[in-house]
Amino acid sequence: MTPLDFVVSLALISVAAGVLGSLIGLGGGVVIVPVLTLLYHVDIRLAIGASIVSVIATSSGAAAAYVRERMTNLRAGMFLEIATTTGAVSGAYLTTVLPTRFLFVFFGVVLAYSSFTTFRRRHADQPLTVSHDRIANYFNLHGSYYDAVEQREIPYKVVGTKPGLALMYVAGLVSALLGIGSGALKVPAMDSAMHLPMKVSSATSNFMIGVTAAASAGVYFIRGQIDPIIAAPVAAGVLLGATLGARVLGRVASKTVRIVFVIVLVVISLEMLQKGIFP
Amino acid sequence: MTHPNVPTGASERPPYDQPPVEALGRSGGRVLSPEEAAVMKEKVRKVEVAISLVLRTGVVVSVLVIATGLGLMFAHHGAYLPVSGHFSYHRLTSRSTPFPHSFSSLGRSIARGQGRGIIVLGVLILILTPVLRVAVGVLSFVYEKDPPMALVTLFVLAVLIGSFFLAGV
Repeated sequence: MTPLDFVVSLALISVAAGVLGSLIGLGGGVVIVPVLTLLYHVDIRLAIGASIVSVIATSSGAAAAYVRERMTNLRAGMFLEIATTTGAVSGAYLTTVLPTRFLFVFFGVVLAYSSFTTFRRRHADQPLTVSHDRIANYFNLHGSYYDAVEQREIPYKVVGTKPGLALMYVAGLVSALLGIGSGALKVPAMDSAMHLPMKVSSATSNFMIGVTAAASAGVYFIRGQIDPIIAAPVAAGVLLGATLGARVLGRVASKTVRIVFVIVLVVISLEMLQKGIFP
Repeated sequence: MTHPNVPTGASERPPYDQPPVEALGRSGGRVLSPEEAAVMKEKVRKVEVAISLVLRTGVVVSVLVIATGLGLMFAHHGAYLPVSGHFSYHRLTSRSTPFPHSFSSLGRSIARGQGRGIIVLGVLILILTPVLRVAVGVLSFVYEKDPPMALVTLFVLAVLIGSFFLAGV
């Protein structure tokens, strides 16, 4: 395979990763890392660097549309970034301390659990009308979005800010350690713990993963993990895919988004467990 | 006859373009008066459009720079171009492949007009886009007269900038 074949084929795969990632609020790293390591036999450290680039590309590409369409909860997103960025900075320095195998197993178990809780909530998408959460009320993290499928404005209240913040810290930590956007943890934190509607959770996760990834991207750049010939097709392809994917979310029912999310979560969880148990 | 897809006035603005008054508010839990809410509604919409514009601009600029870099790289290295041949991409994707990963080496690479340097520059623009978005977020909350949220966002910006210094950039 020549460099041209590599660039073109990787760009096409990246378009698909961008579409999927933007739709369910993940960074596409879950597609990019296995593709690079298993299909192209690229060193895992370079694959992780490319994955960080893919996360930022998905986030910025999709969020530009979601913010304009008021699908993103800007206040909740920016508030929760307190936890994700501090988690990411601590994670970037824990890489040397924690054994990677342990991380993969830990992350695999967490994802298996969150796929279970997300699946259990598949019929319940009744947004809350009252919130007694003092933090959410003080910062007014509640919101409202226009659902194109139901053709009406849907207001919602936010609860569970404290467990939300804790989960977001873990998400930031995992993001830096494994080079993923960890939308797989952010979406359940908002959907299950904080009761944001599924589509808002996905759009807000998309909005946040770019900032989480940027917090560890500097480290990856200096360590020489961002190889231009891998990063270029990934960035360009994912950006195109995320822009396309962002046009779809509004027109899909919340239940569909949740089911696709659960399937992807189960796949990643098995992937992580496999890496941790049979490396 | 107007084209059905072209909005002709405020009444035909897309439904997502109008934040409902009930959902508006600042930190502190105080309910806004109708006048305040009307002002807030316009401000919130402006902020959303501004943040969306920052993200879109960052994305477009980085893609253009990355594409230029890729073009230059293939133009300089004829051996990379054939669809079939002996030159394997592995020589460019192994741990020993040289590419700039510090600002001084990046500057030298761009000065020499190397495609890979220009690609890295485009990737750095992409990485800085979310940081810029957070900075705009701080200004937005100042504009919305919401000091607690402005402080929260300022903290996030400080952690982000700090992370680059901690990395030794």
